[in-house]
Amino acid sequence: MTHPPSPPSPPSPSGVSALSPRHGRIPRRTIGARIQAHLSQLVVAPSFAVSLVFVYGFILWTAYISFTNSRMLPSYDWAGLRQYVRLWSMPRWYVSVENLFVFGGLFIGGCLLIGIVLAILLDQRIRAEGTLRTIFLYPMALSFIVTGTTWKWILNPGLGLEKTLHDIGFAGASFDWLINPKMAIYTVVIAGIWQSSGFVMALFLAALRGVDQDIIKAAHMDGASMTRIYMGIILPSIRPVFLSAIVILAHLAVKSFDLVIALTGGGPGYATDLPATFMYTMTFNRNEMGLGAASAMMMLATVMAIIVPYLYSELRGGTKNG
Amino acid sequence: MVEAAFPSSPSRLKSVLLRGLLYGVLILFALYYLAPLFVMVTTSVKSLSEIREGTLISLPRVVSLDAWSHAWDQACIGVNCHGVRPFFWNSVLIAVPGVVISTALGAINGYALTKWRFKGANVIFAMMLFGCFIPFQVIILPMARVLGIIGLSNSIPGLILVHVVYGLAFTTLFFRNYFVGIPGELVKAATIDGAGFFTIFWRIMVPIALPIIVVSVIWQFTQIWNDFLFGASFTSGASQPMTVALNNLVNTTTGVKRYNVDMAAAIMTGLPTLIVYIFAGKYFVRGLTAGSVKG
Repeated sequence: MTHPPSPPSPPSPSGVSALSPRHGRIPRRTIGARIQAHLSQLVVAPSFAVSLVFVYGFILWTAYISFTNSRMLPSYDWAGLRQYVRLWSMPRWYVSVENLFVFGGLFIGGCLLIGIVLAILLDQRIRAEGTLRTIFLYPMALSFIVTGTTWKWILNPGLGLEKTLHDIGFAGASFDWLINPKMAIYTVVIAGIWQSSGFVMALFLAALRGVDQDIIKAAHMDGASMTRIYMGIILPSIRPVFLSAIVILAHLAVKSFDLVIALTGGGPGYATDLPATFMYTMTFNRNEMGLGAASAMMMLATVMAIIVPYLYSELRGGTKNG
Repeated sequence: MVEAAFPSSPSRLKSVLLRGLLYGVLILFALYYLAPLFVMVTTSVKSLSEIREGTLISLPRVVSLDAWSHAWDQACIGVNCHGVRPFFWNSVLIAVPGVVISTALGAINGYALTKWRFKGANVIFAMMLFGCFIPFQVIILPMARVLGIIGLSNSIPGLILVHVVYGLAFTTLFFRNYFVGIPGELVKAATIDGAGFFTIFWRIMVPIALPIIVVSVIWQFTQIWNDFLFGASFTSGASQPMTVALNNLVNTTTGVKRYNVDMAAAIMTGLPTLIVYIFAGKYFVRGLTAGSVKG
């Protein structure tokens, strides 16, 4: 927690050459020394080749499939933008995109709010801090399939929370969100926030611990209230953590798949479909490989739109810091 | 920050009340986070009739482990009624080699990319890093085809391959960022003494890298154990991992719904990563933030 690795930074010019084989002008190079000099390239080469094929090659492959009429088996006949046109004229795709906005917005907002509140509360020299931190964060260790299964049981309209409410005296209470097409996506939000807010808490707690205590003491001497110190000094000073948290949560939201599958299976009907479950259904259950590929490319585009600017700023920051 | 918060409060009473409120709110949150775990455990030891009569929050009158043993070796997953046991072992068989191979490759890559720099090392690293960010939906179709072509579809070695390939970006990132902070003089001194690439790696780098090895192992283990997408896309029947089996068990539509068995199976699925989290929480969080901040 205390030392998240620094962002990958390009090497300082001085550091590069110290051990570089190019620089090792040892007189009388033996064959062994030549192999030694290139060992590092030889060692990285297989992994690099693997990522060229399995990441870049596969993305190109999926991209190509998205421009064909592939159904159950891949076909390589060019069909232009047909699949994209179909995709964007499907009500089901619109539902999944809309759900992504609803889920993503509430998930990111909810996790940030709960995470920051918990981090600030835990920052007040709490006696059982370690225990509480462990409790707040443990859902993150579990698979979404496990937490989805559990929440599905809690939200079960017949036997879960609803029945509990009836039994403790709220006879008219009704809590059928899980099977209500209009509300089901919010059950995914509840479980998602439960799972990931502790992680945001951990991020912010680490950042709060890094804030310069002298500035806070000075502000306090001047008579500023704790609320004002947090709102005016501490939170603004850890602005980069907000960006990191939002980027990570957005990334998680776009990729969300397991939680929906375990909790609602995309249902009722396709009311809780997200792009990730849409892609899976089209590809593996509906034999619409071309359409699935097109939706996967849309997902990639969304993630890239979030990640690339973020990485760019991180890497630039790294260069500046040396 | 207690002193900072209330050093000059006019009344002690006010500060005591605020303190009480603070603990109250924190305890409420703790209950919210613990509630699902409580429900899981209590439901798994209740009988079906007790589940129907009682409520989620009522304690079991009689603690029975029947549901646990039923989930472990009798529950039906698909047409197969041998419980979740074989699938649990599938996940172990996938996770152990997956973790070992991807961590070992990440370590040697990170070492080569930082301590024996070559032209283009940064470009290569940046290109490999990209693998951390892609939504896996974008590679699933070709991967399914390739696994079919090389004869590994619907198999445990196939899933190991997938996890190693897509875990490499993360493990390389961990080790690269860790080794960047290790002084180059160590390597320089060792080369002067005549040590070569692998000698330095084994004798100097691996011992130094123990903390990051732990992070990488925990990260990869939780990723592989908790994976659902790859398992569901590339396997069916006997070679499913535990998460897929759990989902199939819970979402089966035949027969009487045994909620206690579902919960027992869910706990079994969650237990290995939970144990890792409890015993190596510090490293778990470090991996989480490291992997997530940059991935």
